[in-house]
Amino acid sequence: MDHISPVIWQFLVKWLTNFALLPPEASKVAPQMDALLFFMVLVSLIGLTIVVLLVVSFSILYRKKRHPVAVQVEGSTLLEATWTIIPLGLFLVMFVWGALIYFRVYTPPANAMNIYVVGKQWMWKVEHPGGQHEINALHVPTGRAVQLTLISQDVFHSFSIPAFRVKREAIPGRYTTVWFEATTPGTYHLFCTQYCGTNHSQMIGDVVVMTPEEYRKWLTRSDSGASLAQDGERLFASLSCAACHNTRPDARGPSLANVYGAKLPLASGGTVIADDAYLREAILNPSQHVTQGYAPIMPTYQGQISEEGVIALIEFIKNLNSDYRIEQTVNTTEMPPGSEGAPGGKTPAAKGKVKP
Amino acid sequence: MSENTIVSLPDQATARIPKDNYITRENGLLSWLLTSDHKRIAILYLISITFFFFIGGALAGLIRLELLTPQTDLMATDTYNKVFTMHGIIMIFFFLVPSVPATLGNFFIPMMIGAKDLALPKINLLSWYLYMAGGLLALYTMTVGGVDTGWTFTTPLSTHYVNTNVLSTGLAVFIAGFSSILTGLNFIVTIHKMRAPGLTWFRLPLFIWANYAASILMVLGTPVLAIAIVLIALERTLGIGVFDPTKGGDPLLFQHLFWFYSHPAVYIMILPGMGVISEVISNFSRKRVFGYTAVAFSSVAIAVFGFFVWAHHMFIMGISNYAVLVFSLLSMLVAVPSAIKIFNWTLTLYKGSITFETPMLYAFGFLGLFTIGGMTGVFLGSSGTDIHLTETYFIVAHFHFVMVGGMLMAFLSGIHFWWPKMTGRMYPEKISQLAAVVTFIGFILTFFPQFILGMLGMPRRYASYPPEFQILNVFSTAGATILGVGYLLPVLYLIWSLRYGAIAGDNPWQATGLEWQTQSPPLTENFAEIPVMDHEAYDYEWLEKQQKEKGVANAG
Amino acid sequence: MQDSSIHAANAALPAHEEHPAYLRHHFNSAEQQADAAGFAMWLFLLTEVMFFGGLFTAYLIYRNWYYPAFVTGSHQLNVVWGATNTVVLIFSSFTMAMGVWCAQTRRRRGLVLCLALTFILGLSFLGIKTIEYREKIEKHHVPGFHYSLQSFLDPKSNPEVYAEYHDKPLEPDMARHTELYFSLYFLMTGMHALHMIIGIGILGFMILRARAGAYTTGHETFVVNFGLYWHFIDIVWIYLFALLYLISRH
Repeated sequence: MDHISPVIWQFLVKWLTNFALLPPEASKVAPQMDALLFFMVLVSLIGLTIVVLLVVSFSILYRKKRHPVAVQVEGSTLLEATWTIIPLGLFLVMFVWGALIYFRVYTPPANAMNIYVVGKQWMWKVEHPGGQHEINALHVPTGRAVQLTLISQDVFHSFSIPAFRVKREAIPGRYTTVWFEATTPGTYHLFCTQYCGTNHSQMIGDVVVMTPEEYRKWLTRSDSGASLAQDGERLFASLSCAACHNTRPDARGPSLANVYGAKLPLASGGTVIADDAYLREAILNPSQHVTQGYAPIMPTYQGQISEEGVIALIEFIKNLNSDYRIEQTVNTTEMPPGSEGAPGGKTPAAKGKVKP
Repeated sequence: MSENTIVSLPDQATARIPKDNYITRENGLLSWLLTSDHKRIAILYLISITFFFFIGGALAGLIRLELLTPQTDLMATDTYNKVFTMHGIIMIFFFLVPSVPATLGNFFIPMMIGAKDLALPKINLLSWYLYMAGGLLALYTMTVGGVDTGWTFTTPLSTHYVNTNVLSTGLAVFIAGFSSILTGLNFIVTIHKMRAPGLTWFRLPLFIWANYAASILMVLGTPVLAIAIVLIALERTLGIGVFDPTKGGDPLLFQHLFWFYSHPAVYIMILPGMGVISEVISNFSRKRVFGYTAVAFSSVAIAVFGFFVWAHHMFIMGISNYAVLVFSLLSMLVAVPSAIKIFNWTLTLYKGSITFETPMLYAFGFLGLFTIGGMTGVFLGSSGTDIHLTETYFIVAHFHFVMVGGMLMAFLSGIHFWWPKMTGRMYPEKISQLAAVVTFIGFILTFFPQFILGMLGMPRRYASYPPEFQILNVFSTAGATILGVGYLLPVLYLIWSLRYGAIAGDNPWQATGLEWQTQSPPLTENFAEIPVMDHEAYDYEWLEKQQKEKGVANAG
Repeated sequence: MQDSSIHAANAALPAHEEHPAYLRHHFNSAEQQADAAGFAMWLFLLTEVMFFGGLFTAYLIYRNWYYPAFVTGSHQLNVVWGATNTVVLIFSSFTMAMGVWCAQTRRRRGLVLCLALTFILGLSFLGIKTIEYREKIEKHHVPGFHYSLQSFLDPKSNPEVYAEYHDKPLEPDMARHTELYFSLYFLMTGMHALHMIIGIGILGFMILRARAGAYTTGHETFVVNFGLYWHFIDIVWIYLFALLYLISRH
């Protein structure tokens, strides 16, 4: 670079950023995706150049004035094979390379921190587990894998962060996930990219990437007072979930301690990993997701809880290492009439399940 | 014949349009509205699709005008949503899908195979009436408030969350779908059962192969769209729950059903155009298409593979990663036959004798623009890059390159190529070449910036956008103005030519197809006697011998 | 691909030569015309397969997901009526096939009789369907029209069905999915019934024409092709019967 005048270099950078063809690269996967995009542009340019060169040169060489009599050429199997195999080969390279990136983007690492996003007409509600709530904004730290768990309250939306090169549909009825690791502090666009009605183009916001230090400060000052898990605990109590999901020996529902991520045997046969999707389904469509050994008596809460409520409950269950907090909710709610067993003030130690 | 053109017109002082032809055989409006003559039906279609094209084009103009500025200042956001929805619906279902098949296909498939009409002439007329019914219903819907779901009718937006005219628009598309099915059915039966003696499959013009492949897609794919629309209608009116997650339904089921048709639909739209390009490039380089068999088989390959790639429209919607792998791989495979065609057409020019009349100019435009459009399709077929590019202006640019830069150019190429045969008149060459060039320039200026907008992340279907995207949008709108001029000119001079154009004679292009061995305009029954095919397609040596035998005096 | 219908002998058609009245002028020969018409009908039936295919796809997916609801829902259908309808349709296909044979062997009275029988059997099918639909309406099992989950939450409230199947009560969230089952039931049988109605209408027209001898003078294409359509509707019904009525029977 030392033989390029600094002035010219300044101009080049200015032009390149002003006439950028791609958004800034702000995540770990962005340069990887840009590399593939660059390869594709290159191949396309070469392909286009070949076609244009051939068409132009043939048009000049074989125009009627210069070449009045056409020579009939039937074809050439060799050429057919060449221009079948080479494009196919190039396309297959793009397929494999692209598939690798795709799997990378949609396979979150185990240590990713989770942030929930609920899309609705026409805003994004971002819920941090620590209880920070954002609308049309997303604050994330650099250097940390962040997983987004998305769902829509109404129609299809799509959460798009061009600078991170990630995008994922938010669908009503099921969770979708995507992950990224931000690399460069700054503010970037957040768009909804799936047409969702009148204010689709207003469903935009900012993704703010901060250094870990800044992020910690932001977390503290944006705290709403209760984490999602605490919200979930409150819901758990108000909906009387502990009436069945407790540790009594005759409990009508399975204990939820440590259930998140565990392998559950289902009453219908087979096993399932109790992840976010399973828990959501178990709350909304319980009769199809009954744990083995229990009767299908859980009522559905469809229509009684919002998606944010479900998320809060899931966060509560995720953080449940012991039944202590469940028992606390038992104490603070009334037991439904006709159920056996006295509401207990049994000490956690007596149940032998507390984990530090 | 001059050095720079192969056009050979009869002596204008003595030439006359033949007294008895399909236009003069019968008179009166009813003779046109109740006709079973495939050529008259083709003309009916030509007039109606041109009408719908300009309505769709006006809507496009409104879109581009709104997007001149980052804010929504020209119209309310709801109105903008209706405008782009109707633009898509009209352009796809009432212009692109019927464009080449219903006009040029209807007119020339029987003639190219030496038949007197299609197999089912009355069904052909029914097709046109169904098309008009659907089209008029769509227009009526526009006047009573339109629909704003996007042409893709995504559920649950279209079933539960809009109060615009989804049902009547769905019905319009449903009816137009049956028009399409009947046309495809007619073509398949005709091509199988009514070829002239000696006309084997591999002696057929490639235009026939292309329309045959498109017809298979029409016949097998469109019914699935029909059922998807029925399901939307019932979900919307009765709440049957088939797409509603709170009732156990799945909105993704709609996506599968919708795209199962709508992906083959894009091949329905492009294949007939590719057929035109084969004919035009062959004729204006005086050569048989290079690799005839490869081009024929690639049309069928596109049709077959085209049925197995639909979920590449759903890569980010939460379908399983493994399903994505399969559909991405198949999408790469379906791109290959198109590449084969481009190379075969290019090599047809090799050692040819090339002239640059208007149809050829449009064909060259097709070669360049479809190559770009097709390759950007590969960008999208690769699942990783699709994540960044999908649902942005990159997609808009991609499909406009293949549909407008590809298909519409091919359509104009075909109209200009066969205009003398359909009307007996030639259009003015200089202005038509100018229009072709203007269209090409306008097109690139309109749509190339949109690739960049997409890579930068600008979402599609946005009425307002962040200010940094404005410059590219202004370029795009400027290009659209030029493009509009480019499309208006042909309407003007083609209509002018009906009265004042030079008399074309039987075969002004010195072409080899069977349709060119008849008078212009043709007789109602096409052929006085059924021809017998004893030569291959694109046999320019046979043509020369014919002309010597007939003692045709070539002008110049 | 070879087509035997193109005869070089028919290549030249100078001034109007001798040909049957029903030969359309764009065809070279009666064989070509019949061949083309038959091919067209098969192709049309293929589009019908694709049309119903979308519905079958939806059915397969939701039956897989909500099997208990689909089973309980299907128990509300009367298998006796369904089986009767199946027999009626199969028999009507037989009478239709006999009609085609009559047309081909120029038996005018036989043809009219067979078509009339097919007509009556078709009407019987629709009659039985009406009885079944009415029952569904009375029990509030029509989605979108005061749909009631009562029969599924409390099967004992439906004594005749309970006596036969002894269904267990469904959980509310599974019971909800019976509405999906009935939506598909009405959609699939309704679409089928629509095709039956169209077929019966055409049959009526054909009976009148057959009496005038239109199909027994060498031009039986219409009857043959309509027969294909009728057999197709029959086959679709057999699938519907198996899928909708017989879910839990092995």
